[in-house]
Amino acid sequence: MKKNDNFPRRSASSSASISVSGRTWKFGDDVDTDQIYPGKYLPLTDKEEMARHAMEGAEGGDDFIEKVQTGDILVAGKNFGCGSSREHAAVAIKGSGISVVIARSFARIFHRNAVNTGLPILVLEQAEEIQPGDALEVDVERGIVRNKTQNKVYHAKPVSLLEMDIMKAGGLLAYLKDTDKHG
Amino acid sequence: MTIAEKILAKASGKKKVVPNDIVMAKIDVAMSHENADVVLRSFREIGVRHVWDRDKIVILFDHRIPAESEKSAATHKRLREFVKEQGITHFYDMKEGICHQILPEFGLCRPGEVLVGTDSHTTTHGAFGTFATGIGATEMSGVWATGELWFKAPESIKITVNGSLQHHVSAKDLILHIIGMLGADGADYKAVEFCGETIHTMSIASRMVLSNLCMEMGAKVAFVLPDEKTISYVKEHTNKKFEVIVPDENAQYIKELPIDVTNLEPQIACPHAVDNVKPVKDVAGIKIHQALIGSCTNGRLEDLAVAAEIVEHKKVHPDVRLLVIPASRKVYLQAIKQGYIEIFVKAGGLVLNPGCGPCLGAHQGLLAPGEVCVATTNRNFKGRMGSPDSFVYLASPATVAFSALTGEITAPETE
Repeated sequence: MKKNDNFPRRSASSSASISVSGRTWKFGDDVDTDQIYPGKYLPLTDKEEMARHAMEGAEGGDDFIEKVQTGDILVAGKNFGCGSSREHAAVAIKGSGISVVIARSFARIFHRNAVNTGLPILVLEQAEEIQPGDALEVDVERGIVRNKTQNKVYHAKPVSLLEMDIMKAGGLLAYLKDTDKHG
Repeated sequence: MTIAEKILAKASGKKKVVPNDIVMAKIDVAMSHENADVVLRSFREIGVRHVWDRDKIVILFDHRIPAESEKSAATHKRLREFVKEQGITHFYDMKEGICHQILPEFGLCRPGEVLVGTDSHTTTHGAFGTFATGIGATEMSGVWATGELWFKAPESIKITVNGSLQHHVSAKDLILHIIGMLGADGADYKAVEFCGETIHTMSIASRMVLSNLCMEMGAKVAFVLPDEKTISYVKEHTNKKFEVIVPDENAQYIKELPIDVTNLEPQIACPHAVDNVKPVKDVAGIKIHQALIGSCTNGRLEDLAVAAEIVEHKKVHPDVRLLVIPASRKVYLQAIKQGYIEIFVKAGGLVLNPGCGPCLGAHQGLLAPGEVCVATTNRNFKGRMGSPDSFVYLASPATVAFSALTGEITAPETE
């Protein structure tokens, strides 16, 4: 890696777009990091072990980890991920198989951690209209959310180019390696 | 420009920065506690052999000290080895205390600089006019490798506080009151600037309470305007040169909030949200099982002094466990010298080693289902301090001390 070099931008052609579809898991407002990933599990370092505790403390999260399917979509209200800086929260959600988190708003550090660990996220004003179990089709790059159950289409808030590039690379480490390779 | 904009401009070599600009800023101090272990994994993955600057990285232990499990012991061991391998100069093993107290004690919080920490309450150091913010472990590994990090320049909120606080009403009551007004996301992604006569007359420790808890309304950074008190504190703790940065007169704020504290009553954040704030008297009488004085929010000498004065020559209620955790070794030593520790022990309190204690639910005083704790800490989320069926109330050291004596939530007399 080059020292003191600004993060160069990846060329568009080298990155895959993120399109996902899945069934919705719905949570409320202000879901904090202790609900997403209780503090007692912080000493865990294995990502698979971390994933087994995703959403364990959240209301409606009791059976989440048994029932979540790869590709499912997590939808929440405002200020999702408020609280601690623990990256385990984003890592556990990603490891559980969730393909994208859609919320009315995200707390700042969770937002950064999600981008940096390659968990796609979208900010959607109308997140509350989506119901548990709704089938969604999401084009993360374009920010298009199709609710096939309710037959509605939404446009999420645009993500900055840098953040989209990092998410598409699969996280900051992959991005840094990739830019090094290409740049 | 605001303080946030000016510091980011300086750190990124730009003349001007406006909100929402994305800048690459040079980092002056990069702090991690036990989660340096997670940073280390990513750092190894990047494949860089040496950290960018061994004098700018801080590693310390405070979350799980002494080690509460074999896993944590192994984490501590791995990190001690890494510190030796890289020759990290600022390493504080478990004897020193909580990161947000020992950074200023070791002269690492300086006005006008950029400080990042893999801990959300890193906002605390804005009390010294430092651009200080919490980041994730993966991005910290990038900082270890390159010494830089991208930031989106935040919009700023200016909070001007005037009036004299009543007896037994403190910075904790003020910031809880503000969080109650603005909400848990009231300052999300934003910079906060505190100014006004009340702030100017506040001690450094009290200012740190304000900056610390701004995290609980989502703030990215939370400054107290540096003044002569700041400068003399920093100069007492370091010989390193620093530049005091204050906002321009024509700085733009998205919100200006004037507050008069003359009639402010003691405040308390009720379960399970930090913005669920009420006057203490509204919930007075609720039976408690544990009272906790400590944490990066309120474990400093002035906090222990207030509590000691209240419990002196009295006994903690027989149904209550009073836990006292000095924020650092230095605070602990001063508290011994002042006689506070003896007062707590005589009153029936349990004094624990400096560190985070049970605040984050790791160890040292977790709660059983149905139990209630009133604490000077910073989070009362469901399950934060033990059982998901326990209840944590957040309040000032005075409120916690009075409640420990009566066995129920008790509002301090304010006259």
